[in-house]
Amino acid sequence: MIDTLRLTAEGAKELLDRREVSGPELFAAYLEAIGERDPELHCYLHVCEDSGGDGIPIALKDVIGTRGIPTTAGSKILRGYVPVYDATVVARCKEHGLRVLGKTNTDEFAMGSSTENSAYGPSRNPWDPARVPGGSGGGSAAAVSAGLAPWALGSDTGGSIKQPSALCGNVGLRPTYGTVSRYGIVAFASSLDQVGPVAKNVRDCAYLYSIIAGRDPCDTTTVESPPVELPHRDDLKGVRVGVPVELNEHEAIEPGVRHAVERAIALCRDLGAEVGECSLPRSVDFGLPCYYLIAPAEASSNLARYDGVRYGHRSPHAEDRLAMYENTRDEGFGDEPKRRILVGTYALSAGYYDAYYGQAQKVRTVIAREHAEAFERFDLLVTPTSPSVAFALGGRTADPLAMYASDLLTIPSCMAGLPGLNIPCGLSDGLPVGLQLIGPQFAENMLFRVGHALEQAIGFDVVPERLR
Amino acid sequence: MAEISRDLLLHVAHLARLQLREDELARLELQLNDILAAVSKVSELDLRDVPATSHPLEVVNAWEADEPRTSLSVEDALRNAPDREGDFFRVPPGGS
Repeated sequence: MIDTLRLTAEGAKELLDRREVSGPELFAAYLEAIGERDPELHCYLHVCEDSGGDGIPIALKDVIGTRGIPTTAGSKILRGYVPVYDATVVARCKEHGLRVLGKTNTDEFAMGSSTENSAYGPSRNPWDPARVPGGSGGGSAAAVSAGLAPWALGSDTGGSIKQPSALCGNVGLRPTYGTVSRYGIVAFASSLDQVGPVAKNVRDCAYLYSIIAGRDPCDTTTVESPPVELPHRDDLKGVRVGVPVELNEHEAIEPGVRHAVERAIALCRDLGAEVGECSLPRSVDFGLPCYYLIAPAEASSNLARYDGVRYGHRSPHAEDRLAMYENTRDEGFGDEPKRRILVGTYALSAGYYDAYYGQAQKVRTVIAREHAEAFERFDLLVTPTSPSVAFALGGRTADPLAMYASDLLTIPSCMAGLPGLNIPCGLSDGLPVGLQLIGPQFAENMLFRVGHALEQAIGFDVVPERLR
Repeated sequence: MAEISRDLLLHVAHLARLQLREDELARLELQLNDILAAVSKVSELDLRDVPATSHPLEVVNAWEADEPRTSLSVEDALRNAPDREGDFFRVPPGGS
């Protein structure tokens, strides 16, 4: 009997290596769990019956292009689209024998913080189905926590891996910009988008990162990164941990979240780390406005390709070419992509470019410099990942700005191209609290080391209480 | 910062090739003005001497060797086409 709720990817690999279970048996165990719990949670947009390979199963966020398997990006405009090639990350997973379980739910074009912007309906949080799993990668995070996949891939533009991992109580890495190929990924904001792993623990997360990282000739923004070291130490001797005041004392942070994070910071000291305060004075106040100019501007350009010509939806109301474009895009896009396309088009248009997009790019420099200064004194920074625990479905859908604020604490480091790791650090009102570890560029190994040591000391049970 | 009027919204929507319905227009006009008011905060900083960041890594152009590689077949490239004629994507005439 395979307990998919507890089985880690490393554990699954041992079972396969010792021939205690076969690849098909393992795959079938996850399909059974999906059949049992996914009707309630709606983590998957598409489940594969069999996808070849004999290794560990994996779930993929539906913005990741998969040859022969539908890829919708949570949008009606891509309903029925079946890619004719694999994204590089998918090809790398397959080279390691990983088997695709299915495609997980996402806010439309990864734009959102709750999966409620998915054209196919929201996913639900395995800890409390009346609450959101976070977003945009809520399907991947919820699937891992509910035992519907041992691990998964997500994508992160402003927090779409870290924030759902925080809300679902698992481990998610947004890698350093440029370390993982975006070839074959549905593009959102190209100067920010990154693909990364979601897992039950830090070692699995590090292992999956080692599979997908590396330069790809098909994505010229990629660079070589240091070899991944699977973490094993349980102390933090010699590690300098910085606590950015503005990201830890922001008024939006719920008391329960703050307490859990404070306990984790105290644990860092107990484990031998040197802990001190630092300041990122403009990163929080200006991070969100900066992001909500740059991401929509780039999105407005990237989403221009959905015009009904080569793939995806084409409106039946297409008397001439202009009508075809305009009606296709009105029918195919939901509210959030439309808002961002309009904001982005406006911010890039003649007369407004310098004041909006140009100014936001300068703010981005300021944010990067503030972080660089902090890393002169510290090896990594710790903050809450999300200011709140999982919120109620429908709680923030009426007010786009309230939804945007969900990513208040994840956005600044994304703007600077820095890696960030979420690990669960406790519960508040029975819901997981996420701790965000931020490192300098290419410091993934440091994040894994600290994340692993804290994980051992905290002893968080990643299986949602109601499923134990 | 400028406020988005109904006319400007319609102009921007046309630039983005979005045909907005009447019921969407009223809602979007309000929301976009709220969003622009919030993001206009970036103008509070005096950044005349700060360079812009367009890419978070300090990398120079990456060049690949100019060698022929297998690419998608015409059949694969047209596989998801909403409409085709022979080896071409087919679109309605007129408009722009």
